Amino acid sequence: MPQTLYDKIFESHLVHKQDDGTCLIYIDRHLVHEVTSPQAFEGLRMNNRKVFSPESTLAVADHNVPTTDRSKPIENIDSKLQYETLEKNCKDFGLNFFALNDIRQGIVHVIGPEQGFTQPGMTIVCGDSHTATHGAFGALAAGIGTSEVEHVLATQTLLQSKLKNMKIEVNGKLSTGVTAKDIILTVIGILGTAGGGGYALEFSGEVIKNLTMEERMTVCNMAIEAGSRVGIIEPDEKTFEFLKGKPMAPKGEQWDKAMEHWATLKSDPDAKYDKIITLKGEEIIPSVTWGTSPEDVLPINASIPSLDEIHDKDKKQAVIRSLEYMGLNPKDKLEDISIDKVFIGSCTNGRIEDLRAAASILKGNKVSKNVTGYVVPGSGLVKKQAEEEGLDKIFIDAGLEWREAGCSMCLGMNPDQLKPKERCASTSNRNFEGRQGMDGRTHLMSPAMAAAAAIQGKLTDVRKFL
Amino acid sequence: MDKFQNIKSIPAYLPIVNVDTDMIIPKQFLKTIKRTGLGVSLFFEMRYDKQTHKPIKDFVLNVDPYTSSKILIGENNFGCGSSREHAPWALLDFGIKVIIAPSFADIFYNNCFKNGILPIALPEEKIKELSKFSLEKKEIEVNLEEQKITKGDNQPIEFEVEPFRKECLINGYDDIALTLKKQTHIDSFIEKQKSKTPWHF
Repeated sequence: MPQTLYDKIFESHLVHKQDDGTCLIYIDRHLVHEVTSPQAFEGLRMNNRKVFSPESTLAVADHNVPTTDRSKPIENIDSKLQYETLEKNCKDFGLNFFALNDIRQGIVHVIGPEQGFTQPGMTIVCGDSHTATHGAFGALAAGIGTSEVEHVLATQTLLQSKLKNMKIEVNGKLSTGVTAKDIILTVIGILGTAGGGGYALEFSGEVIKNLTMEERMTVCNMAIEAGSRVGIIEPDEKTFEFLKGKPMAPKGEQWDKAMEHWATLKSDPDAKYDKIITLKGEEIIPSVTWGTSPEDVLPINASIPSLDEIHDKDKKQAVIRSLEYMGLNPKDKLEDISIDKVFIGSCTNGRIEDLRAAASILKGNKVSKNVTGYVVPGSGLVKKQAEEEGLDKIFIDAGLEWREAGCSMCLGMNPDQLKPKERCASTSNRNFEGRQGMDGRTHLMSPAMAAAAAIQGKLTDVRKFL
Repeated sequence: MDKFQNIKSIPAYLPIVNVDTDMIIPKQFLKTIKRTGLGVSLFFEMRYDKQTHKPIKDFVLNVDPYTSSKILIGENNFGCGSSREHAPWALLDFGIKVIIAPSFADIFYNNCFKNGILPIALPEEKIKELSKFSLEKKEIEVNLEEQKITKGDNQPIEFEVEPFRKECLINGYDDIALTLKKQTHIDSFIEKQKSKTPWHF
């Protein structure tokens, strides 16, 4: 029977299938961070269990670490305890851990690919909902909860039910100024924040083929904002080129064997999908969110909907609530919305190409006098690369702060937070109430769009800068 | 995990769609290294005044008898967003054992079962029907064994649950112990895989 890539990877990792259909699947790679793991390690200790496969596990602190001077100790006592707990757990259980002062430290979903820990055809999990990022490499990657983190640590397997398949085909070409972030925001707008629930999303089509690996990661990263745990893209020459020579990628004869296997990782041409969505690349416009759900997204040249246009009662209530929270009104023009902050970074848009895209807009410009903001590289290695290219100077000269690697203001667990009612042009992935700080107001967009907004002091169509 | 017993309670009703896990338990409470103690911070930003930190009087979980509800009724896409298991821990610590909604986000749905919470997906008209019992402060009873919700009107509502998940809840099974019984399957899988994709190991 013809199969999708998701089906193939799922089935090739099937350890055991119960009569009721519950599947036990083998997990090739497990990324661990400080926030969703302490209780899992505590569980192992209480039951006197070991980590089944330490060499399949990579740990790093990212969510809760300061992005300021790394030579100083972590100030917040709880954050410090959580960091030290991870460090101790890794030592006690023999896990590979990138410490805070290690240049390889960074956001889990940036360092996995960067190190070649992420590879095509693998099953990859992490106690973080943005794990779908790794699907950009043709891996089956999914976010899990802490109980499942413990299960994977103890057994290197996971109990799973098989998802349905949805193909999202983006054909044609993107117009100038339109980025991977605009593709995924547009898809979320179409599917809604629950539309992908129960599905693995396979992104395909000419536009996806033409994306770089970094861009593909941005697309897969936000599958969860459309309700799906899994986003996946067929691996190709670009995938292999990206991985070649990475520290944890296969070497020598193993590399040749791996390449041979990876080249077979494709959905069959006649594979059946439970749902297919087709988009034209030419029709995608630089997009921003205006509400408190990622599905509240519109092209930058649009206005916030009028309440009369919304017929669903639940949706209308949600819109009223979110506009009140956002301090906006129906029919407001998006390009009239002033901002106070800009945040460039996160597992969605904290890679070198994202920083280059933002820097290309900011170069020679200053941010508006009312705007401040952070640029937070996704890893120590991204930071180093950016500094070698002089991007840090562009950001600093424009008036932004150049920080150390971490999740930072994407979720504001560390001190990088919005103040109440501050409005932020953000390259992150969630615009939920309170996400970036209590009563903070988030507008999601691409790095280039965030840079343009920073210069203008309001939401702006980046195409005016090109 | 405790064995799941029948749950009888006046349900609390939260009529908001897309309740995300950031709402259920905001980031500042994720710095804990324990599973317990999060109940007091459940729905923190909706539940407490931002200046005084005193309970907001009209938020449902601050109002008697809902302060001791064991059943929460929600709306579509309940538990979306972050994978944080702190969300079900906070609900459980508050005393919530059953969540009934038209639909749930995948990761949250799964996390509930791992903590002895039963999430029940029901059509919207049933949610509407059950929400009346909340407003009228009348008890309903959830019977997992029979997959039924009974209420005062002799018209029980049936619900679906995967058989294996049901068995695990009723018996309070430890997933990991169950999987470790399949060690021979895991070992033989690894042997096979080592020859197919040796670079994975």
